[in-house]
Amino acid sequence: MSVESQLAEHHAYLMRFARLQLRNDAWAEDAVSETLLAALSKPQSFGNRSQLKTWLVGILKHKIIDILRQRSREVALADDDSGDGQAELDALMFEKDGHFTSQPSDWGNPEQDLNSRQFFEVLEACADKLPPTMGRVFLMREWLELPVEEICKELQLTATNLYVQLHRARLRLRECLEINWFGNARTP
Amino acid sequence: MRILRRTCREAAALLVAQEDRALPWADRVALRLHLLACKACPRFERQMLTMRNATRQWRNYTGD
Repeated sequence: MSVESQLAEHHAYLMRFARLQLRNDAWAEDAVSETLLAALSKPQSFGNRSQLKTWLVGILKHKIIDILRQRSREVALADDDSGDGQAELDALMFEKDGHFTSQPSDWGNPEQDLNSRQFFEVLEACADKLPPTMGRVFLMREWLELPVEEICKELQLTATNLYVQLHRARLRLRECLEINWFGNARTP
Repeated sequence: MRILRRTCREAAALLVAQEDRALPWADRVALRLHLLACKACPRFERQMLTMRNATRQWRNYTGD
């Protein structure tokens, strides 16, 4: 298989993650193009096909971090707080006195193997539904695995602001998974 | 011991927060006490653990 066709095979896959992380198609194209160019400059790495994908994702993550760094001001631009649904989600989850409105459902054993394509598709769809800023910082934390201090530094965010974004992202993701995967849709 | 009392809303907030930062001792103690006495929050805690586990598996899957 030619180098070109091997790379073309992975293009869509890389774009999916670049889009999910960057939330900007043009930036995602840049990150993936730079990844493929970097790969082409080291053709000796094309031997093993399964390793190629892992290697490309590794390069992509570095390219994405570069772009996030260059675009830090745009990335950290806080979403409009009024429309982020936080108060609604809180009211949905809790009574005024601080009790749960309904018991959190049983998701089964936390150690269970969720390693299925369908599950990951739901997880990605839920992450994609987060507002852009929240989605970016959440993915920086959970996909790029950057330490909190580093995210703050790259985006010039205060730690407090970052924790708020991550907190909201986790609550929304939980709600989305509860409805769309664990199948216990809350009655509105 | 009012200082150690937490509502479910507060306990859930601590369970989410500890995914990203270490909690102060007082909060950790109060959270453990709440979890011992509450039926709902241990479920929420297991949901958080499931999410952590699921995200780790997803991360590995993206690289394969």
